[in-house]
Amino acid sequence: MTRYAYTPRTAGYVAIIALVLLLPLGAAAEPARPSMKDRVAACSACHGPQGIELEDGYVPRIHGKPAGYLYNQLVNYQDYRRRNTSMNHMVAHLSHAYLFEIAQYFADQHTPYPPAAAAPPEPLAERGRQLARKGDKAAGIPACDACHGERLTGVQPNTPGLVGLPRQYIMAQLGAWQVGTRHAAAPDCMADIASRLKGRDVEAVAAWLAAQPTPADTRPAAEPIDAPPMTCGSVPQPATP
Amino acid sequence: MNAPRPFAGRMMKLLLACLMFALALPATAADEAMRERGEYLTRIGNCSGCHTAPGGEPFAGGLHLNSDYGTFVTPNITPDGATGIGNWSADDFYRALHEGVRADGSPMYPACPYPSYTHVARDDIDAIHAYLRSVAPVEQAQPAHDLDFPYRYRSLLGLWQALYFEPGEQADDNARGADWNRGRYLVEGLGHCDACHRARGAFGAMETADDAPGAMIHGWYAPPLADPAQAGLQGLSIADAADFLQSGKRDHAAMLGPMADVVFESLQYLRDDDARAMAAYLTALPEQQVDSPLRLIRMSEDGRQTAMAEGRAIYADRCAGCHGDDGRGDAGAPALAGNRAVTMDFPLNAANMIREGGFAAATADNPRPHGMPPFYKLSERELAAVLSFIRGSWGNDAAPVTPTNLRR
Repeated sequence: MTRYAYTPRTAGYVAIIALVLLLPLGAAAEPARPSMKDRVAACSACHGPQGIELEDGYVPRIHGKPAGYLYNQLVNYQDYRRRNTSMNHMVAHLSHAYLFEIAQYFADQHTPYPPAAAAPPEPLAERGRQLARKGDKAAGIPACDACHGERLTGVQPNTPGLVGLPRQYIMAQLGAWQVGTRHAAAPDCMADIASRLKGRDVEAVAAWLAAQPTPADTRPAAEPIDAPPMTCGSVPQPATP
Repeated sequence: MNAPRPFAGRMMKLLLACLMFALALPATAADEAMRERGEYLTRIGNCSGCHTAPGGEPFAGGLHLNSDYGTFVTPNITPDGATGIGNWSADDFYRALHEGVRADGSPMYPACPYPSYTHVARDDIDAIHAYLRSVAPVEQAQPAHDLDFPYRYRSLLGLWQALYFEPGEQADDNARGADWNRGRYLVEGLGHCDACHRARGAFGAMETADDAPGAMIHGWYAPPLADPAQAGLQGLSIADAADFLQSGKRDHAAMLGPMADVVFESLQYLRDDDARAMAAYLTALPEQQVDSPLRLIRMSEDGRQTAMAEGRAIYADRCAGCHGDDGRGDAGAPALAGNRAVTMDFPLNAANMIREGGFAAATADNPRPHGMPPFYKLSERELAAVLSFIRGSWGNDAAPVTPTNLRR
């Protein structure tokens, strides 16, 4: 039977091993650093991780949207190119670097989507599908998916997804572009497109989009659109502070 | 045919050109230094805080300032000739800030804090003027002020100035140190802290009493700087007070509301020596106990118990997750126990914070501030109840609040 000799050398090894084992404990004993999740509790209070009821909600889903898009919107709120009392107030005195970090945090959250809203009645649904998938050549309106991606989940780096958004939110955004209370970087193609929507077009496309089932892959497309139908100022902008 | 120019004449011209170039160089460097100093002073004076509208071009004016006398629309101070102050000479600009008189000779409304700026030295005002001349000119005319009778008659301001305004710089107090004197110069002059933190009495003249209450700005109460139980910094060391001014944050408190804007736009840029000077002056202000300008409606003991019970339930449900069952806060949420914004008699700032939420200012020492969610869905009764609870728990001993006191 072998007996382990207890030598000063062994003691040294034991001490080193003990020290290595204790190191993680020491690190864990330090006070926990506040997480980004805690820092943005003010955002999550309205922008819940699962989005919201699409039938009668208003607040948009921000989780999983391209960071560049979210960052551009936060800066737009700070500079009043978008107007919403709560949002203008929330970002009023945050640095661009921090706004980018907040945008990145929400872009990295890939939480489940809420159930789709009920399909709108015909002929609204058909007009909505046509605008989203084919556009209206005569009116100069490109299809939504020509820029927002085949799955309508957005395109990196700066184009937002359109699925999982409440109907009322989409209607309000198109309306805001029509009356000039929402602006994107020039050339502001969404402003041009919104101005070409007529009659019940806004209602139709918003209701159709809100009723789309969540695609299996909800991440924004990684590759840029090959031949975009319009040149949009906010698409190629480098999205860093 | 022209005769060739004499060589000496050409040399003369060349020499002259060299001389002018040599003279121009140091002048440009001096101009640039003055412009840079002016930029710093313009920040410390937070000129853009009023002279830039939300989303507007810097210094082009257009901010609406509500007051007891009507709505002021701040003027364009970019160097545009037609709609800004591009045609103002340095003398004109000095006269405006020092005497409250515009370039056309008409008196200025004291909505612009020239009763404070009159203490600012000529060379500082000249530097600010040099900086403002260098910003992009913006052609933007402002609508007229929308003032009540009789305040809309600008000519009456001559009388107001004769009664309530005394132009002039303050002589240094030799019994005090250099820091205190520099601090007073910044606090009472360019910083114009009193413009918000001190009530105005008859016809908008600043109250002069040591125990004057604070005043309302943008729907928030700017508490008096003389009262250490309100905005006073007398309880802090000079180093801590200086740090608070620059960072907008202490261990368990943050500056919020319009003061967070001031930190973000202005105070975070204070040089360390100027922050220390302001702190030296503010921490040495004679302490006063200042009454609230808002009378809280007295509550019966039964009413208080009911509000406390309802408030306790709301607190446990909505607030305790971050601020703790014991009101001591956590790494991100400030303590409510012993928090002056909660315990001072005037309850509107805490009510605003609950209703609107918001972030502390992002500064070098606090680059990633935590944000408080807005609880705008609380009814007035619920808001009054939860306020009464946090004002009366964990050793806090402030009077309960009724919904009537929260109506704006």
